[in-house]
Amino acid sequence: MRALLARDLLLAMRSGGGFGLSLAFFLIVTTLVPFGVGPQTELLARIAPGILWVGALLACLLSLDRLFQLDFEDGSLDLLAVSPLPMEGVVATKAFAHWITTGLPLTLSAPLFGVLLNLPAPGYVWLLASLAIGTPALSMIGAFGASITVGLKRGGLLLSLLVLPLYVPTLIFGSETVRRAIDDQSFSAPLAMLAGITLLACATLPFASAAAIRINLR
Amino acid sequence: MELRVENLSCRRGGLPVLAGVSFSVRRGRALILRGPNGVGKTTLLRTIAGLQLAETGAIHAPEESIAYAGHLDGLKSALTVQQNLRFWASAYGTYDISPALEAFDLAPLLNRQAFDLSAGQKRRLGLGRLAVTGRPIWLFDEPTVSLDAENTELFAQMVHKHLETGGIALMATHIELGLANADRLDLGQFRALEDTETGDVFLDGGF
Repeated sequence: MRALLARDLLLAMRSGGGFGLSLAFFLIVTTLVPFGVGPQTELLARIAPGILWVGALLACLLSLDRLFQLDFEDGSLDLLAVSPLPMEGVVATKAFAHWITTGLPLTLSAPLFGVLLNLPAPGYVWLLASLAIGTPALSMIGAFGASITVGLKRGGLLLSLLVLPLYVPTLIFGSETVRRAIDDQSFSAPLAMLAGITLLACATLPFASAAAIRINLR
Repeated sequence: MELRVENLSCRRGGLPVLAGVSFSVRRGRALILRGPNGVGKTTLLRTIAGLQLAETGAIHAPEESIAYAGHLDGLKSALTVQQNLRFWASAYGTYDISPALEAFDLAPLLNRQAFDLSAGQKRRLGLGRLAVTGRPIWLFDEPTVSLDAENTELFAQMVHKHLETGGIALMATHIELGLANADRLDLGQFRALEDTETGDVFLDGGF
């Protein structure tokens, strides 16, 4: 498992699709919004939590279709299936590597992008916290979608259609946490729901994904 | 230890290709699968490797004993030869890549990126991978594709050495490798369909 994690992180860095790309995408999405809605700072402050979460979600989606597709195309996925590594572990490890290369940098840089959107001061800590708690679910749900579409030519679009609706609960509770923190309301309920979604996704989806991959390899 | 296959039937893309395949390979022996293209050599190997489900029948082999080398080598082109081998060695828990280096003379290529290798060098790396798995039963699907005569000989030597140490090899190949301990099995006799008619006039070219 550790060898697989190290390999995936190394590959993500070597092929350039890792840390940089999704961050750049996140930056562009968050800077496009002020151009679109105009420079009213009150309006931006109000929509900032939602925009930052939507941006993080789209940036996360960007590298998902390569998660299993590259391994499928060069035959590694077959060999991994025959190897002693359990497929559930392979899926979980790959989702974790995806989170380290996209979710983690997005979380750490989000406060910076919050400044661009005039995010009110009480929101920063909870933006960071909600992303840290919520983005693992994005990677895990995304890995599930990628395992269903592995082997399809041009499965990327189908993957987005499958995965984006599944991201809705994470998005709602994530941005709601930040919004409530800004409005000085109690935000423990949405934060707990967000954590619940992440835990549920990490506990169940590796098994579902592994089953989907085994069927797709047949 | 023995690899025994009993009354195995397999399908490819929903169509039955092989039925009633039975054979057994003892330790120290190799079995070479023969048969025309499309007879189901790859399907049989993938079924034995556990990548496909058998329709009927059973495969008897000790747990965790099979290593498989398919048409594709499963190499990561952004990694070096050493990193590729290291990964598989640690995935199989052997942590020792020297058997592969010796078998295919890969030591001079150790720090070369897999991307820069020629087709034959990639194949050598892909086949050498089996030597680092430490598993007794090796399955090969067309192993000699893109190997030159010299490396085909190296491959035969690697398999020979594996058999001498009590291993088992099962391979689909059209080339005569000159293995001493090898039996041949013609899969043509286990063909599930006499012809390829699907019962669909469009697919059968009726129009």
